[in-house]
Amino acid sequence: MERAFFDQLAMPLFDQLYNHACWLTGDRADAEDLVQETYAKALKGFGSFAEGTNFRAWMFRILRNAFLNSRSGLKQKTGYLEAEEAGADEALAHEVTPEMLFLRSESQDAIFSALESLTVAHREIILLCDVDEMSYREIAEVLDVQPGTVMSRLSRARAMLRAALAASHKEAVK
Amino acid sequence: MTRCSQDDRNALAAYLDGELAADQERPLQEHLRSCPDCAAEVAAMVSLRRAMKPAASRFTPTAEFRRRVQSQISVKRSFGSRWIWPAAVVALAAMVLIAVWSGESAVRSQTFREVADLHVSDLASANPYDVVSSDRHTVKPWFQGRIPFAFNLPEFAGSEYTLLGGRLVYLHQQPAAQVVVGAGRHKVSVLITQENSSLAPASPFSGGVAVRDSFNVETWQKNGLRFYVIGDAEKAVIHRLAQALQSVNG
Repeated sequence: MERAFFDQLAMPLFDQLYNHACWLTGDRADAEDLVQETYAKALKGFGSFAEGTNFRAWMFRILRNAFLNSRSGLKQKTGYLEAEEAGADEALAHEVTPEMLFLRSESQDAIFSALESLTVAHREIILLCDVDEMSYREIAEVLDVQPGTVMSRLSRARAMLRAALAASHKEAVK
Repeated sequence: MTRCSQDDRNALAAYLDGELAADQERPLQEHLRSCPDCAAEVAAMVSLRRAMKPAASRFTPTAEFRRRVQSQISVKRSFGSRWIWPAAVVALAAMVLIAVWSGESAVRSQTFREVADLHVSDLASANPYDVVSSDRHTVKPWFQGRIPFAFNLPEFAGSEYTLLGGRLVYLHQQPAAQVVVGAGRHKVSVLITQENSSLAPASPFSGGVAVRDSFNVETWQKNGLRFYVIGDAEKAVIHRLAQALQSVNG
């Protein structure tokens, strides 16, 4: 019975979790491993899932922890923490005018490669907010941080995205 | 405000994320009217965000992979030949039901239109709620004495949903409770009314979430009450809300 209930709750999230896993790992085979592990762990821990709490955030959190403990995740881990400290390129972000943002928004490739160029920490928070449309509270649950941290990390991540777009703009103009 | 700072850019982002406190929204909207820089910034942020949407479906899992995970989590079944006859009977029954249901589609689409109209009129209204509260213990009692039935609301605190408020509406000339719930940046209406057997003979568009005029809607009937959950949030969001409601109105 519990399995059936889990199935009902978890399978609608399948596409979303897989897409997110691909963005995190940058590799379809790694993403499949990650999603499979996530479902196995979630099913196993479903008994401890407190009803009334956010199921989607819970699933994303399991996926994220599995990623951080995976081979590709471990490689990223150091970069993950450093990203919190770095701020060097943020100056570039301030050069970006709204007009330039408009221009780059027209190029799907520019957006995708800018997202790919970000550190995992920055990429993931932008995806959770802008692509998966999670609230700050949900994101805080996924990342296991305070809601205030979500806001500051998100703002830094967006600044880095702008910087990446500005860099690609300069390339394009050359 | 002449020169806008980083704080303002954060406020603009929070505003677009739907995360700005209600009392901060109005001053910001007023500021946007008088600050072309910030207005241009908001427009650029919106276009960037729109451009990022395709990232949501850039990678889709293969059917084979989905089956693999599905079989990993679902209940083990043995599919022997003894299942064939019951399966055939079920298929036949389903065909009969579909025939009956399609005969009632006129009634159903009229019902749907009314439900959709109520939802849209709520979105468009400047004063959408008769009772504004994020506390179910405020919203639910408000309906007492105003509608001739009682219903339960699940606990929204800590869930992906926020209770926004409720109002009294009429569906099929009958009083109904409309409870509006926020899900991310979407609003979802829950409409609850007494089941009227003469107007809705069979459950309209029943069986999970259906799509009508780009709204996702799920409906069911329980203990003489008819529930509708409708909104432009994605299907899974509607379905999870429907399940939460079903679990407290069993």
